Amino acid sequence: MSKVIKLRKGLDINLVGSAERVLTKCPASARYAVVPGHYRGVTPKLLVKVGDKVKAGSPLFFSKEHPEVLFSSPVSGEVSAVNRGEKRKILSVVVTPDGSGESESFDVCPVAELDRQRVKETLLKAGFWPMIIQRPFGVIADTAARPKAIFVSGLDTAPLAPDLSFLVQDQGDCIVAGLEVLKKLTDGKVHLTVGTDTTAGVLSKIEQAEVHHIEGPHPAGNVGVQIAQIDPIGKGDVVWTVELQHVVMIGRLFLTGTVDMSKVVALTGSEVVKPHYFKVISGALVSSVTDGNLRPKPETDARTDGGGVRVISGNPLTGTKVELDDVEGYLGFYHNQITVIPEGNRYEFLGWAMPRLNKFSVSHSYFSWLFPKKRYDLDTNLNGGRRAFVQTGIYDKVMPMNIYPLYLIKAILAGDIDKMENLGIYEVIEEDVALCEFIDPSKNEWQAIVGRGIEQMIKELN
Amino acid sequence: MKGLRNYLDKIKPKFQAGGKYGRFASTFEAFESFLYVPNTVTKQGAHIRDAMDLKRTMTVVIVALLPALLFGMFNVGYQHNNVALGLSDTTVMQNFWFGFLKVLPIIVVAYVVGLGIEFIFAEVRHEEVNEGFLVSGLLIPMIMPVDCPLWIVAVATAFAVIVGKEMFGGTGMNIFNPALLARAFIFFAYPTSISGNEVWVAGLKGGAMLQNGGALVDGYSGATPLGDAAAALSSGAVQSADAIQWSMGTTPIDWFYGFIPGSIGETSTLAILIGALILVWTGVGSWRIMLSTVVGGLAMGGVFNLIGANVMMTLPAWYHLLLGGFAFGTVFMATDPVTAAQTNRGKYIYGFLIGVLCVLTRVLNPGYPEGMMLAILFMNAMAPLIDHYVVQGNVKRRLKRSKANA
Repeated sequence: MSKVIKLRKGLDINLVGSAERVLTKCPASARYAVVPGHYRGVTPKLLVKVGDKVKAGSPLFFSKEHPEVLFSSPVSGEVSAVNRGEKRKILSVVVTPDGSGESESFDVCPVAELDRQRVKETLLKAGFWPMIIQRPFGVIADTAARPKAIFVSGLDTAPLAPDLSFLVQDQGDCIVAGLEVLKKLTDGKVHLTVGTDTTAGVLSKIEQAEVHHIEGPHPAGNVGVQIAQIDPIGKGDVVWTVELQHVVMIGRLFLTGTVDMSKVVALTGSEVVKPHYFKVISGALVSSVTDGNLRPKPETDARTDGGGVRVISGNPLTGTKVELDDVEGYLGFYHNQITVIPEGNRYEFLGWAMPRLNKFSVSHSYFSWLFPKKRYDLDTNLNGGRRAFVQTGIYDKVMPMNIYPLYLIKAILAGDIDKMENLGIYEVIEEDVALCEFIDPSKNEWQAIVGRGIEQMIKELN
Repeated sequence: MKGLRNYLDKIKPKFQAGGKYGRFASTFEAFESFLYVPNTVTKQGAHIRDAMDLKRTMTVVIVALLPALLFGMFNVGYQHNNVALGLSDTTVMQNFWFGFLKVLPIIVVAYVVGLGIEFIFAEVRHEEVNEGFLVSGLLIPMIMPVDCPLWIVAVATAFAVIVGKEMFGGTGMNIFNPALLARAFIFFAYPTSISGNEVWVAGLKGGAMLQNGGALVDGYSGATPLGDAAAALSSGAVQSADAIQWSMGTTPIDWFYGFIPGSIGETSTLAILIGALILVWTGVGSWRIMLSTVVGGLAMGGVFNLIGANVMMTLPAWYHLLLGGFAFGTVFMATDPVTAAQTNRGKYIYGFLIGVLCVLTRVLNPGYPEGMMLAILFMNAMAPLIDHYVVQGNVKRRLKRSKANA
């Protein structure tokens, strides 16, 4: 076994409603969509119009910024809508499936005979390139870049996160092929990081990548933290990251020559009746997974008891709020999880002074430290008002990177490019500061601030 | 409870922009969010949030201050009745009640003046009222001499809030600890009202004692032990700490428990220690700063013990921890997260230098025996510089790493 990376900083948040290891097939979604908003910095240019017939893998639009990067339909069917928002911005391109399961076909050859150029062309043509994310900044990889390494995280430590080795339990061949394919894209190594508890299953047998073992609380599963531990990003460095289930899809593409974007997602959260795993196809309606699986809500006084639920594509720390409609209510491209938790839109009498035994806090002024195993049913209440930064020293405890989070965030707020660069903006994306945001007693929006900093850096560097 | 909520919901529109009392929006928000944690939900980023907020943070500090405050109230009565007047038959409750009546007006004045200014600034800026002053408003009375005139408390509080905090943009933006600034303001603006011995015990000034129907115990000066040591230094009569005549014959154990004259909240090291435990345990106050301040004070005291050139230098190093405002400053003033160093390494340096400077000032400066206030204020000013070098170290490591990789 290779060297174990041990993290001491971080925080595990135990919530009610983690998924049981049961996999069911989800009823087919009525519609699938590609949502430009799921990707950073993509202005879509349409390649289809409503009524066009498409197959799985047929391109729907390309990126204005990088015209070679195509975004393709996950299923075969008919383009049924192009939803637009303000200023005619494209919100989603919707495909109604015909159930035929047809796919564009791509040349297959043994993985060993592939070269970099061919891998790149196939990934681009199949619309799989957006699966490759580039650090710094977490954008879709630059097709011309040669990354110094590619990182794949084999564990997810976020609250209610799915067990990644369960998601890919019968996909061993595809993972192996996918990693071999990724190896062609870098001159350096492909790193796969798994938890120290990964002793069985497909992930324990991987030899096609540099395997690392990591141990510790969240964010140990964040690929950004793993990069910082294994081979940190400096100025001028480029590394790529790929989601584990996307490695599977890439492997499948090169093994079969067809586009099959099916994946497994966990339906989790305290508002779910029986949290477990579902087999879906990328871009499915979130409601196709949640329908019939949520707790019925009794009629109550909304002001004191709250009302409604929040449906999140992704985990409760970094996921995206989803309205269950046909416009943007689709599973996030990079998400392996759907979470449903209660909304916290209610007033709490003198809440800040109460013992609040059912609330979680890192602060010992509450009592959650007494019950380390207890699982909490947290809602979306902000639990306070927004204030200037006051408390110091607490953020470092949940940031297992060689970064001063408070200084970085202040540099971003000040818009100081040099400072951002010096203090480590290249090493983080939003999810890496999610825990800082969670614990912040001043209730600042860390992820949004980091997002703005990244946008500014991208603009400045172009 | 429902009735209260209904009432608030009913009057809320009047206090919103465009409403009849729209200009009191911040004030309304402050009271409403005091009564009810608002129904605000997360919009972007993390959907769930920790239960901790600034109201709770500040409440923890206030709770941590309570032992020192309650003891301070008792001690005000004890110093007045049992020590100055030599009465022996007053009960703990009588002493406490006497002190309570003396201290309460100071607290009320500090809160009314300070919060009033805070609310006005919040309204003008259209911001929510920050909870920071809840702590400052209690700290200010606790570092005042009990006989400080109320109008001076009011002026000092106003100065601290306006110049010390709001001029910089409010809580979180200030450079100097507002409470200490209030004390420093009085010290420099009204030196006669604060530096003499008379102010430390209630009722010593202006013949008030006679009105109370009592007479001073013979030879009673009302001097603090720190004042005794300083007096010994300036008189040059004694050469060794063992020979200092401590007023009323107090011993270090009295100093530890706090049965000595001094500012209202600073005398009892024991009560302050209880507060320190609360702060450290809840993580609201930095143990790094507290620890390094104590280490700094002991180190400097130890160095002076080795030199031993005058009577202050021979004072055992640990005496300094019990005397004057050292303990109070260490636990409640130096640890203010906004004005202290913000990096962990910086906190060690910051605290250590506070300890060193405090003892340095006490020993070498015959004019003013208390070094804690100026030591902390000076290090408040230096904290950003310390942090700058600590953070720069991180930046250099990062640059070096990229060079090594390139």
